[in-house]
Amino acid sequence: MADLRRRSLLAGIAAFGTGACAKLAGSETGQSLFDTAEDWHRAAHRALAGRQTLAPEYSLEDRSPTFRGNGSLTVDTPEYRAELANGFAGWRIAVGGMVENPLILSMDDLRALPQRTQITRHDCVEGWSAIGEWTGPQLSTLLDAARIRPDANFIVFRCADVLYGRDYYESVDLVDAYHPQTIVAHLLNGEPIPEKNGAPLRMRIERQLGYKHAKYLTAIEAVASLKDIGDGKGGFWEDYGNYQWYAGI
Amino acid sequence: MKRHRLSTRLWHWINAAALIVLFMSGLNISNAHRYLYWGDYGFDPADAWTSVIRFPAWATLPQYYDLAAARDWHNLGAWVFGIGLLLVWIAMLANGHFRQDLATSLRNWHPREIVKEMFAHLQGKFERQGAKYNSLQKMTYGLVYGVLLPMMVFTGLAISPGIEPAAPWLIDIMGGRQSARSLHFIVAWALFAFFMVHIVMVLLSGPVMQIKAMITGGTLEETRNG
Repeated sequence: MADLRRRSLLAGIAAFGTGACAKLAGSETGQSLFDTAEDWHRAAHRALAGRQTLAPEYSLEDRSPTFRGNGSLTVDTPEYRAELANGFAGWRIAVGGMVENPLILSMDDLRALPQRTQITRHDCVEGWSAIGEWTGPQLSTLLDAARIRPDANFIVFRCADVLYGRDYYESVDLVDAYHPQTIVAHLLNGEPIPEKNGAPLRMRIERQLGYKHAKYLTAIEAVASLKDIGDGKGGFWEDYGNYQWYAGI
Repeated sequence: MKRHRLSTRLWHWINAAALIVLFMSGLNISNAHRYLYWGDYGFDPADAWTSVIRFPAWATLPQYYDLAAARDWHNLGAWVFGIGLLLVWIAMLANGHFRQDLATSLRNWHPREIVKEMFAHLQGKFERQGAKYNSLQKMTYGLVYGVLLPMMVFTGLAISPGIEPAAPWLIDIMGGRQSARSLHFIVAWALFAFFMVHIVMVLLSGPVMQIKAMITGGTLEETRNG
């Protein structure tokens, strides 16, 4: 009798392990639990670290010997090949959406702005890390120049690359957008950013994981909501792979 | 007097569920990059101190490779585990469980004592000398409660880029972000080893009575006979 009960208990545990977890994860309750955990993490991080606290910065000799490329390693269009060959002389970045003063900036315009150089660690969601020195204007400088409207809540980054048939894009909230280490980088280790690392422009959002650091940047857009962009989850990986929108953990 | 307090029993089962979810989703996450490094950076397998196997689907949560879903499970489990550990420590210190049952004295750590206890264990004699746990049990539970479980919390926090600005020292004392990641992995397997020994000891010492006691609370008399 006790044996029988134990066996059905074990069977119950096994069933929980396989079927129920998948069912729970797929259900609305499961997804909202996961979303709650993500919200708690973001709230906890913001409470502990504040809005402006910097990610650690390293010294020159701490840099990794190379900087790994991952995800998109190039942009497979004739326009990009031509720009790459031409040193990105014709590359433009648009700052628009919910702004009073839309901007179109050339690489020289970006280089003429006040620059921030930071040696930071890039943590990929897969687990690996690389350290590099990034240089570029702070995103806040661009947003202030474009005068974003008070009803904008998110900043969307549009990219030239296409991965698995989808346009790459990413987004952050205004806390991360105005963070001092959020820069539009055009140099890696003092050189123009290599092709595999996102030439000519890459976002650096140092308190989040690597997939937030959009490469091959073409436009910066202020929006009120993310729901009409892509599949509405806030980024390429969020849409395609159901990754967490808040990538601080 | 119950053998196990309600707070201990509740935590035991909730923690067991959280650890199973964390371990299995952790194996899924591990499959995303199967190399471990020391120091602040690492991405080249040539720089890894070890590489680990690709964990089979049946051992992972979910039971197919899905980094995003595994991270969802892991991040949810982490809240249950972390808050549970904090609460059980508060309860253990407040209700005397730690002082009465788990705290070791200098005598317990004498090498002769340890060897004697180990021989007794091998012969199937689990002497308790009037206490709830023998000194090997106290040391093991002390190690798990005081070192291994807290280490999982701290190494886990240390590999989170959102936590690092708040507590950069945490990453420094572990020797860098990749070291923290390696330690997270090592301590997880140390806990797995504890789990296996724990199961074997339960099986050797009357599993029905032991499990029943961990559900209903049991009575102290049962233990003295066991």
